[in-house]
Amino acid sequence: MKQYAYYPGCSLESLGKNYHISALAVSTGLGLELKELEDWNCCGATAYFPVDELLAYTLVSRNLAIAEKTGLEDFVAPCSACYKNAYTTNKYLKADPDLAEHINYALEEDHLQVEGRMKVRHLIEVFIEDVGLEEISKKVVNPLKGLRVAPYYGCQIVRPRKDKEDVENPQFFEQLLSVIGAQPIEYASKTRCCGGSLIITNRKAALDMVYKLLQNAVDSGANMIATTCPMCDVNVEVYQSQVNREFGTNFSIPVMYFTQLMGMAMGIEPKRIGVGASMLSLAQSTGK
Amino acid sequence: MAVELSFNKEIENIMYASHGKPIKDCLQCGTCSGTCPAIEFMDNSPREIIGLIHADMKDEVLASNTYWTCASCYHCTVRCPAGIDIADMMYALKRYSMWKGKYKEGLLGPDFSEAFVKMIVNSGRSFEPILAATYLPKYSAGDIIQEGLTAAGLVLTGKMPLLPKKVKRLKNVQRMVRRIIPIGETK
Repeated sequence: MKQYAYYPGCSLESLGKNYHISALAVSTGLGLELKELEDWNCCGATAYFPVDELLAYTLVSRNLAIAEKTGLEDFVAPCSACYKNAYTTNKYLKADPDLAEHINYALEEDHLQVEGRMKVRHLIEVFIEDVGLEEISKKVVNPLKGLRVAPYYGCQIVRPRKDKEDVENPQFFEQLLSVIGAQPIEYASKTRCCGGSLIITNRKAALDMVYKLLQNAVDSGANMIATTCPMCDVNVEVYQSQVNREFGTNFSIPVMYFTQLMGMAMGIEPKRIGVGASMLSLAQSTGK
Repeated sequence: MAVELSFNKEIENIMYASHGKPIKDCLQCGTCSGTCPAIEFMDNSPREIIGLIHADMKDEVLASNTYWTCASCYHCTVRCPAGIDIADMMYALKRYSMWKGKYKEGLLGPDFSEAFVKMIVNSGRSFEPILAATYLPKYSAGDIIQEGLTAAGLVLTGKMPLLPKKVKRLKNVQRMVRRIIPIGETK
Protein backbone atom coordinates (compact mmCIF):
# COMPACT_ATOMS: atom_id res chain seq x y z
CA MET A 1 0.00 0.00 0.00
CA LYS A 2 1.68 3.22 -1.14
CA GLN A 3 1.83 5.92 1.51
CA TYR A 4 1.48 9.65 1.02
CA ALA A 5 2.14 12.61 3.31
CA TYR A 6 -1.34 14.10 3.49
CA TYR A 7 -1.93 17.77 4.21
CA PRO A 8 -5.72 18.24 4.67
CA GLY A 9 -5.68 22.02 5.25
CA CYS A 10 -8.00 24.00 7.52
CA SER A 11 -11.12 23.85 5.34
CA LEU A 12 -11.23 20.08 5.47
CA GLU A 13 -11.70 20.26 9.23
CA SER A 14 -14.78 22.44 8.88
CA LEU A 15 -16.52 23.42 5.64
CA GLY A 16 -14.91 20.62 3.68
CA LYS A 17 -15.48 17.85 6.22
CA ASN A 18 -17.26 15.68 3.64
CA TYR A 19 -14.29 16.07 1.33
CA HIS A 20 -11.95 14.90 4.10
CA ILE A 21 -13.84 11.72 4.96
CA SER A 22 -14.58 10.81 1.34
CA ALA A 23 -10.93 11.39 0.37
CA LEU A 24 -9.81 8.95 3.06
CA ALA A 25 -12.49 6.34 2.27
CA VAL A 26 -11.85 6.41 -1.49
CA SER A 27 -8.06 6.29 -1.04
CA THR A 28 -8.40 3.21 1.14
CA GLY A 29 -10.69 1.67 -1.47
CA LEU A 30 -8.04 2.31 -4.12
CA GLY A 31 -5.25 0.86 -2.00
CA LEU A 32 -3.55 4.13 -1.06
CA GLU A 33 -2.73 5.32 2.44
CA LEU A 34 -2.98 9.03 3.24
CA LYS A 35 -0.92 9.72 6.36
CA GLU A 36 -1.91 13.05 7.86
CA LEU A 37 1.04 15.29 8.72
CA GLU A 38 1.59 15.81 12.43
CA ASP A 39 0.92 19.31 13.77
CA TRP A 40 0.52 21.04 10.40
CA ASN A 41 -0.40 24.74 10.20
CA CYS A 42 -2.58 26.85 7.89
CA CYS A 43 -1.08 27.43 4.41
CA GLY A 44 -2.32 31.02 4.31
CA ALA A 45 -4.61 30.55 1.32
CA THR A 46 -4.67 33.91 -0.43
CA ALA A 47 -4.43 35.98 2.74
CA TYR A 48 -0.75 35.84 3.84
CA PHE A 49 0.75 37.05 0.60
CA PRO A 50 -0.70 40.56 0.76
CA VAL A 51 1.02 41.05 4.14
CA ASP A 52 4.51 39.57 3.96
CA GLU A 53 5.88 37.36 1.24
CA LEU A 54 8.70 35.80 3.25
CA LEU A 55 6.37 35.02 6.15
CA ALA A 56 3.93 33.40 3.72
CA TYR A 57 6.62 31.15 2.22
CA THR A 58 7.96 30.32 5.69
CA LEU A 59 4.62 29.15 7.06
CA VAL A 60 4.04 26.99 3.98
CA SER A 61 7.61 25.66 4.33
CA ARG A 62 6.92 24.46 7.87
CA ASN A 63 4.40 21.98 6.45
CA LEU A 64 6.82 20.91 3.72
CA ALA A 65 9.56 20.42 6.34
CA ILE A 66 7.28 18.24 8.50
CA ALA A 67 6.47 16.20 5.39
CA GLU A 68 10.17 15.80 4.48
CA LYS A 69 10.81 14.42 7.97
CA THR A 70 8.42 11.52 7.31
CA GLY A 71 10.72 10.19 4.60
CA LEU A 72 7.77 9.91 2.19
CA GLU A 73 8.06 11.27 -1.34
CA ASP A 74 4.71 12.86 -2.05
CA PHE A 75 3.01 15.79 -0.36
CA VAL A 76 -0.68 15.49 -1.19
CA ALA A 77 -3.21 18.30 -0.79
CA PRO A 78 -6.93 17.97 -1.55
CA CYS A 79 -7.50 21.76 -1.56
CA SER A 80 -6.43 23.63 -4.69
CA ALA A 81 -5.27 26.69 -2.73
CA CYS A 82 -3.12 24.59 -0.38
CA TYR A 83 -1.81 22.68 -3.39
CA LYS A 84 -0.83 25.83 -5.25
CA ASN A 85 0.88 27.36 -2.21
CA ALA A 86 2.81 24.19 -1.40
CA TYR A 87 3.76 23.64 -5.03
CA THR A 88 5.11 27.13 -5.67
CA THR A 89 6.89 27.36 -2.31
CA ASN A 90 8.55 24.00 -2.90
CA LYS A 91 9.66 25.16 -6.35
CA TYR A 92 11.09 28.46 -5.08
CA LEU A 93 12.93 26.71 -2.24
CA LYS A 94 14.82 24.66 -4.80
CA ALA A 95 15.40 27.52 -7.21
CA ASP A 96 16.49 30.14 -4.69
CA PRO A 97 19.10 29.16 -2.06
CA ASP A 98 18.94 32.64 -0.54
CA LEU A 99 15.21 32.30 0.09
CA ALA A 100 15.74 28.79 1.50
CA GLU A 101 18.40 30.10 3.87
CA HIS A 102 16.08 32.77 5.28
CA ILE A 103 13.31 30.24 5.72
CA ASN A 104 15.53 27.64 7.35
CA TYR A 105 16.77 30.24 9.82
CA ALA A 106 13.16 30.73 10.97
CA LEU A 107 12.36 26.99 10.91
CA GLU A 108 15.18 26.35 13.42
CA GLU A 109 12.79 27.63 16.06
CA ASP A 110 10.63 24.55 15.49
CA HIS A 111 13.65 22.23 15.05
CA LEU A 112 12.87 21.83 11.36
CA GLN A 113 14.77 22.27 8.11
CA VAL A 114 13.48 22.22 4.56
CA GLU A 115 15.09 21.30 1.23
CA GLY A 116 12.18 21.50 -1.17
CA ARG A 117 12.40 17.84 -2.14
CA MET A 118 8.74 16.77 -1.79
CA LYS A 119 6.73 16.00 -4.88
CA VAL A 120 3.72 18.26 -4.33
CA ARG A 121 0.50 16.92 -5.80
CA HIS A 122 -3.24 17.41 -5.80
CA LEU A 123 -5.31 14.42 -4.64
CA ILE A 124 -7.08 14.03 -8.02
CA GLU A 125 -3.70 13.87 -9.72
CA VAL A 126 -2.62 11.03 -7.41
CA PHE A 127 -5.76 9.05 -8.21
CA ILE A 128 -5.43 9.52 -11.97
CA GLU A 129 -1.66 9.11 -12.29
CA ASP A 130 -0.73 6.62 -9.58
CA VAL A 131 -3.84 4.44 -9.56
CA GLY A 132 -4.83 5.09 -13.17
CA LEU A 133 -8.18 5.34 -14.89
CA GLU A 134 -8.21 1.68 -15.81
CA GLU A 135 -7.69 0.51 -12.23
CA ILE A 136 -10.34 2.98 -11.02
CA SER A 137 -12.81 1.61 -13.56
CA LYS A 138 -12.31 -1.90 -12.12
CA LYS A 139 -13.49 -0.64 -8.71
CA VAL A 140 -16.76 0.73 -10.07
CA VAL A 141 -19.73 -1.34 -8.94
CA ASN A 142 -22.40 1.29 -9.30
CA PRO A 143 -21.83 3.40 -12.46
CA LEU A 144 -23.37 6.85 -12.08
CA LYS A 145 -25.66 6.51 -15.09
CA GLY A 146 -27.88 9.45 -15.89
CA LEU A 147 -25.79 12.00 -14.02
CA ARG A 148 -24.83 14.90 -16.26
CA VAL A 149 -21.97 16.40 -14.32
CA ALA A 150 -20.25 19.73 -14.89
CA PRO A 151 -16.61 19.14 -13.99
CA TYR A 152 -15.59 22.31 -12.22
CA TYR A 153 -11.81 22.64 -12.11
CA GLY A 154 -11.67 26.13 -10.63
CA CYS A 155 -8.44 28.09 -10.85
CA GLN A 156 -5.55 27.05 -8.72
CA ILE A 157 -5.52 23.36 -9.60
CA VAL A 158 -4.43 24.26 -13.13
CA ARG A 159 -3.08 27.77 -12.64
CA PRO A 160 -0.45 29.11 -12.35
CA ARG A 161 1.11 26.45 -14.53
CA LYS A 162 2.76 23.75 -12.41
CA ASP A 163 4.21 21.49 -15.05
CA LYS A 164 3.11 20.60 -18.57
CA GLU A 165 -0.62 20.53 -17.89
CA ASP A 166 -3.16 22.10 -20.23
CA VAL A 167 -4.09 25.36 -18.50
CA GLU A 168 -6.79 26.34 -21.00
CA ASN A 169 -8.70 23.14 -21.67
CA PRO A 170 -7.71 20.36 -19.29
CA GLN A 171 -9.47 16.99 -19.75
CA PHE A 172 -8.49 14.85 -16.76
CA PHE A 173 -11.63 15.59 -14.72
CA GLU A 174 -13.91 14.65 -17.65
CA GLN A 175 -11.97 11.42 -18.07
CA LEU A 176 -12.36 10.54 -14.41
CA LEU A 177 -16.11 11.25 -14.48
CA SER A 178 -16.54 9.07 -17.58
CA VAL A 179 -14.72 6.19 -15.91
CA ILE A 180 -17.17 6.20 -12.99
CA GLY A 181 -20.11 6.13 -15.39
CA ALA A 182 -21.22 9.77 -15.23
CA GLN A 183 -21.63 11.94 -18.29
CA PRO A 184 -19.32 14.98 -18.17
CA ILE A 185 -20.86 18.01 -19.86
CA GLU A 186 -18.90 20.61 -21.79
CA TYR A 187 -19.19 24.23 -20.73
CA ALA A 188 -16.98 27.25 -21.16
CA SER A 189 -16.58 28.18 -17.48
CA LYS A 190 -14.94 25.01 -16.24
CA THR A 191 -11.71 26.76 -15.30
CA ARG A 192 -13.16 30.22 -14.64
CA CYS A 193 -12.75 31.55 -11.12
CA CYS A 194 -15.55 31.11 -8.54
CA GLY A 195 -14.41 34.20 -6.64
CA GLY A 196 -13.57 32.12 -3.56
CA SER A 197 -10.97 34.52 -2.23
CA LEU A 198 -13.32 37.50 -2.68
CA ILE A 199 -16.45 36.12 -1.04
CA ILE A 200 -15.68 37.99 2.17
CA THR A 201 -13.80 41.05 0.97
CA ASN A 202 -15.75 41.77 -2.21
CA ARG A 203 -19.02 39.91 -1.92
CA LYS A 204 -20.61 41.60 -4.93
CA ALA A 205 -17.83 40.60 -7.30
CA ALA A 206 -17.71 37.04 -5.94
CA LEU A 207 -21.47 36.49 -6.21
CA ASP A 208 -21.35 37.78 -9.78
CA MET A 209 -18.68 35.20 -10.60
CA VAL A 210 -20.64 32.36 -8.95
CA TYR A 211 -23.79 33.45 -10.80
CA LYS A 212 -22.12 33.33 -14.22
CA LEU A 213 -20.65 29.95 -13.45
CA LEU A 214 -23.94 28.41 -12.27
CA GLN A 215 -25.81 29.85 -15.23
CA ASN A 216 -23.30 28.45 -17.70
CA ALA A 217 -23.34 24.97 -16.11
CA VAL A 218 -27.16 24.85 -16.01
CA ASP A 219 -27.52 26.19 -19.56
CA SER A 220 -25.14 23.49 -20.74
CA GLY A 221 -27.39 20.76 -19.36
CA ALA A 222 -25.65 19.87 -16.10
CA ASN A 223 -27.72 18.37 -13.30
CA MET A 224 -24.81 18.38 -10.90
CA ILE A 225 -21.51 20.17 -10.37
CA ALA A 226 -18.41 18.29 -9.22
CA THR A 227 -15.56 20.12 -7.47
CA THR A 228 -11.93 19.52 -6.56
CA CYS A 229 -11.52 22.23 -3.93
CA PRO A 230 -13.32 23.17 -0.69
CA MET A 231 -13.21 26.88 -1.56
CA CYS A 232 -14.97 26.28 -4.88
CA ASP A 233 -17.42 23.93 -3.22
CA VAL A 234 -18.48 26.47 -0.61
CA ASN A 235 -18.87 29.24 -3.14
CA VAL A 236 -20.77 27.21 -5.68
CA GLU A 237 -22.94 25.26 -3.22
CA VAL A 238 -23.47 27.28 -0.05
CA TYR A 239 -23.76 30.64 -1.79
CA GLN A 240 -26.42 29.51 -4.29
CA SER A 241 -29.17 30.96 -2.11
CA GLN A 242 -27.39 34.31 -1.88
CA VAL A 243 -26.93 34.30 -5.67
CA ASN A 244 -30.65 33.57 -6.07
CA ARG A 245 -31.54 36.53 -3.86
CA GLU A 246 -29.10 38.87 -5.58
CA PHE A 247 -29.93 37.94 -9.18
CA GLY A 248 -33.54 36.75 -8.87
CA THR A 249 -32.59 33.29 -10.10
CA ASN A 250 -33.62 29.98 -8.58
CA PHE A 251 -30.66 27.70 -8.81
CA SER A 252 -30.73 24.51 -6.78
CA ILE A 253 -28.11 22.38 -8.44
CA PRO A 254 -26.38 19.81 -6.24
CA VAL A 255 -22.63 20.15 -5.78
CA MET A 256 -20.37 17.28 -4.75
CA TYR A 257 -16.68 16.60 -4.42
CA PHE A 258 -15.15 14.25 -6.99
CA THR A 259 -14.26 11.95 -4.09
CA GLN A 260 -17.91 11.64 -3.08
CA LEU A 261 -18.90 10.74 -6.64
CA MET A 262 -16.09 8.18 -6.83
CA GLY A 263 -17.16 6.76 -3.48
CA MET A 264 -20.75 6.33 -4.66
CA ALA A 265 -19.59 4.62 -7.85
CA MET A 266 -17.32 2.35 -5.83
CA GLY A 267 -20.24 1.34 -3.62
CA ILE A 268 -18.83 2.86 -0.43
CA GLU A 269 -21.40 3.35 2.33
CA PRO A 270 -22.95 6.86 1.99
CA LYS A 271 -22.09 7.99 5.50
CA ARG A 272 -18.40 7.15 4.99
CA ILE A 273 -18.28 9.63 2.08
CA GLY A 274 -20.38 12.32 3.70
CA VAL A 275 -23.39 11.75 1.49
CA GLY A 276 -26.48 12.12 3.61
CA ALA A 277 -28.82 15.03 3.29
CA SER A 278 -27.58 15.67 -0.24
CA MET A 279 -28.88 12.24 -1.37
CA LEU A 280 -32.30 13.86 -1.71
CA SER A 281 -31.12 16.42 -4.15
CA LEU A 282 -29.14 13.72 -5.90
CA ALA A 283 -32.33 11.71 -6.45
CA GLN A 284 -33.95 14.82 -7.85
CA SER A 285 -31.13 15.45 -10.26
CA THR A 286 -31.10 11.94 -11.68
CA GLY A 287 -34.89 11.88 -11.90
CA LYS A 288 -34.98 14.82 -14.30
CA MET B 1 23.29 58.50 1.26
CA ALA B 2 20.62 56.14 0.13
CA VAL B 3 19.28 56.70 -3.33
CA GLU B 4 15.56 57.19 -3.43
CA LEU B 5 14.03 54.53 -5.63
CA SER B 6 11.40 55.35 -8.20
CA PHE B 7 7.96 53.77 -7.65
CA ASN B 8 8.61 51.65 -10.71
CA LYS B 9 11.79 50.23 -9.12
CA GLU B 10 10.15 49.75 -5.74
CA ILE B 11 7.51 47.51 -7.29
CA GLU B 12 10.20 45.55 -9.08
CA ASN B 13 11.99 44.96 -5.77
CA ILE B 14 8.84 43.96 -3.95
CA MET B 15 8.30 41.21 -6.53
CA TYR B 16 11.65 39.75 -5.50
CA ALA B 17 10.68 36.14 -4.81
CA SER B 18 8.21 35.64 -7.64
CA HIS B 19 10.87 34.88 -10.24
CA GLY B 20 8.56 36.13 -12.97
CA LYS B 21 9.52 38.29 -15.93
CA PRO B 22 9.88 41.98 -15.03
CA ILE B 23 6.82 44.10 -15.63
CA LYS B 24 8.84 46.41 -17.89
CA ASP B 25 8.43 43.66 -20.53
CA CYS B 26 4.69 44.47 -20.71
CA LEU B 27 3.51 45.08 -24.30
CA GLN B 28 0.27 46.77 -23.20
CA CYS B 29 -1.66 44.24 -25.28
CA GLY B 30 -4.53 43.95 -22.80
CA THR B 31 -4.81 40.15 -22.79
CA CYS B 32 -4.87 40.28 -18.98
CA SER B 33 -7.77 42.74 -18.97
CA GLY B 34 -9.73 40.70 -21.50
CA THR B 35 -9.22 37.59 -19.38
CA CYS B 36 -9.92 38.95 -15.89
CA PRO B 37 -13.19 37.65 -14.36
CA ALA B 38 -13.36 40.54 -11.88
CA ILE B 39 -12.63 43.44 -14.24
CA GLU B 40 -16.13 44.96 -14.02
CA PHE B 41 -15.47 45.63 -10.36
CA MET B 42 -12.05 47.24 -10.82
CA ASP B 43 -11.29 50.98 -10.99
CA ASN B 44 -8.49 50.32 -13.48
CA SER B 45 -7.90 47.31 -15.70
CA PRO B 46 -4.76 45.24 -15.04
CA ARG B 47 -3.25 46.68 -18.24
CA GLU B 48 -3.88 50.22 -17.02
CA ILE B 49 -2.31 49.46 -13.64
CA ILE B 50 0.90 48.31 -15.34
CA GLY B 51 0.82 51.44 -17.49
CA LEU B 52 0.44 53.60 -14.36
CA ILE B 53 3.41 51.86 -12.72
CA HIS B 54 5.54 52.45 -15.82
CA ALA B 55 4.63 56.11 -15.68
CA ASP B 56 5.55 56.24 -11.96
CA MET B 57 2.04 57.39 -11.08
CA LYS B 58 2.15 56.16 -7.52
CA ASP B 59 -0.78 58.12 -6.09
CA GLU B 60 -3.13 56.87 -8.81
CA VAL B 61 -2.05 53.28 -8.19
CA LEU B 62 -2.47 53.62 -4.42
CA ALA B 63 -5.95 55.09 -4.90
CA SER B 64 -7.11 52.19 -7.08
CA ASN B 65 -9.13 49.18 -5.87
CA THR B 66 -7.81 47.00 -8.71
CA TYR B 67 -5.32 44.78 -6.88
CA TRP B 68 -7.67 44.31 -3.91
CA THR B 69 -10.30 43.10 -6.40
CA CYS B 70 -7.96 40.48 -7.87
CA ALA B 71 -9.22 36.98 -7.01
CA SER B 72 -5.79 35.35 -7.53
CA CYS B 73 -7.12 33.05 -10.26
CA TYR B 74 -3.94 33.40 -12.36
CA HIS B 75 -5.83 33.43 -15.65
CA CYS B 76 -3.94 36.57 -16.72
CA THR B 77 -0.64 35.03 -15.62
CA VAL B 78 -0.94 31.95 -17.83
CA ARG B 79 -2.07 33.98 -20.82
CA CYS B 80 0.40 36.89 -20.70
CA PRO B 81 2.42 36.75 -23.93
CA ALA B 82 5.29 38.55 -22.20
CA GLY B 83 5.40 35.95 -19.42
CA ILE B 84 4.66 38.37 -16.59
CA ASP B 85 3.12 36.88 -13.44
CA ILE B 86 0.40 39.50 -13.22
CA ALA B 87 -1.48 37.87 -10.33
CA ASP B 88 1.74 37.92 -8.34
CA MET B 89 2.18 41.58 -9.23
CA MET B 90 -1.26 42.20 -7.72
CA TYR B 91 -0.02 40.62 -4.48
CA ALA B 92 3.05 42.84 -4.63
CA LEU B 93 0.81 45.89 -4.95
CA LYS B 94 -1.30 44.74 -2.01
CA ARG B 95 1.87 44.46 0.07
CA TYR B 96 3.06 47.85 -1.12
CA SER B 97 -0.18 49.55 -0.17
CA MET B 98 -0.23 47.83 3.25
CA TRP B 99 3.39 48.83 3.79
CA LYS B 100 2.59 52.46 2.94
CA GLY B 101 -0.65 52.26 4.92
CA LYS B 102 -2.50 53.80 1.96
CA TYR B 103 -5.47 52.24 0.28
CA LYS B 104 -8.83 53.21 -1.05
CA GLU B 105 -11.44 53.96 1.60
CA GLY B 106 -13.98 51.21 2.28
CA LEU B 107 -11.92 48.23 1.10
CA LEU B 108 -12.20 45.12 3.27
CA GLY B 109 -9.15 43.32 1.87
CA PRO B 110 -6.39 44.99 3.92
CA ASP B 111 -8.12 44.47 7.29
CA PHE B 112 -9.05 40.94 6.37
CA SER B 113 -5.50 39.99 5.42
CA GLU B 114 -4.10 41.53 8.56
CA ALA B 115 -6.67 39.76 10.74
CA PHE B 116 -5.93 36.49 8.98
CA VAL B 117 -2.22 36.70 9.67
CA LYS B 118 -2.87 37.64 13.32
CA MET B 119 -5.17 34.65 13.65
CA ILE B 120 -2.48 32.32 12.31
CA VAL B 121 0.12 33.80 14.63
CA ASN B 122 -2.28 33.22 17.54
CA SER B 123 -3.46 29.71 16.72
CA GLY B 124 -1.70 28.32 13.65
CA ARG B 125 -4.98 27.34 12.00
CA SER B 126 -7.74 29.18 10.22
CA PHE B 127 -11.12 29.54 11.95
CA GLU B 128 -13.90 31.46 10.21
CA PRO B 129 -15.84 32.86 13.22
CA ILE B 130 -12.75 34.78 14.41
CA LEU B 131 -12.43 36.38 11.00
CA ALA B 132 -16.10 37.31 10.89
CA ALA B 133 -15.55 39.76 13.72
CA THR B 134 -13.23 41.79 11.48
CA TYR B 135 -15.51 42.22 8.47
CA LEU B 136 -19.10 41.96 9.71
CA PRO B 137 -19.10 45.43 11.33
CA LYS B 138 -18.44 46.88 7.86
CA TYR B 139 -21.23 44.94 6.14
CA SER B 140 -24.68 46.39 5.46
CA ALA B 141 -27.54 45.09 7.63
CA GLY B 142 -28.92 43.02 4.73
CA ASP B 143 -25.57 41.39 4.04
CA ILE B 144 -25.11 40.59 7.74
CA ILE B 145 -28.47 38.81 7.81
CA GLN B 146 -27.58 36.77 4.72
CA GLU B 147 -24.16 35.84 6.09
CA GLY B 148 -25.76 34.95 9.43
CA LEU B 149 -28.24 32.62 7.76
CA THR B 150 -25.48 30.95 5.77
CA ALA B 151 -23.37 30.51 8.91
CA ALA B 152 -26.31 29.10 10.89
CA GLY B 153 -26.92 26.57 8.11
CA LEU B 154 -23.26 25.53 8.26
CA VAL B 155 -23.37 25.06 12.04
CA LEU B 156 -26.60 23.04 11.82
CA THR B 157 -25.22 20.70 9.15
CA GLY B 158 -22.10 20.14 11.24
CA LYS B 159 -19.87 21.90 8.72
CA MET B 160 -18.83 24.67 11.09
CA PRO B 161 -17.13 23.70 14.32
CA LEU B 162 -17.74 26.04 17.24
CA LEU B 163 -14.25 25.83 18.67
CA PRO B 164 -11.01 26.65 16.85
CA LYS B 165 -8.24 24.07 16.47
CA LYS B 166 -4.72 25.04 17.38
CA VAL B 167 -1.25 23.97 16.36
CA LYS B 168 0.39 22.07 19.24
CA ARG B 169 3.84 23.62 18.94
CA LEU B 170 2.36 27.10 18.80
CA LYS B 171 5.17 28.73 20.82
CA ASN B 172 7.70 27.50 18.28
CA VAL B 173 5.59 28.81 15.40
CA GLN B 174 5.35 32.20 17.08
CA ARG B 175 9.12 32.32 17.55
CA MET B 176 9.48 31.39 13.85
CA VAL B 177 7.27 34.30 12.90
CA ARG B 178 9.35 36.67 15.01
CA ARG B 179 12.48 35.63 13.13
CA ILE B 180 10.78 36.86 9.96
CA ILE B 181 9.00 39.95 11.22
CA PRO B 182 9.80 41.34 14.65
CA ILE B 183 6.24 41.92 15.82
CA GLY B 184 6.91 42.04 19.55
CA GLU B 185 5.50 39.66 22.10
CA THR B 186 2.39 37.69 21.19
CA LYS B 187 0.15 36.22 23.79
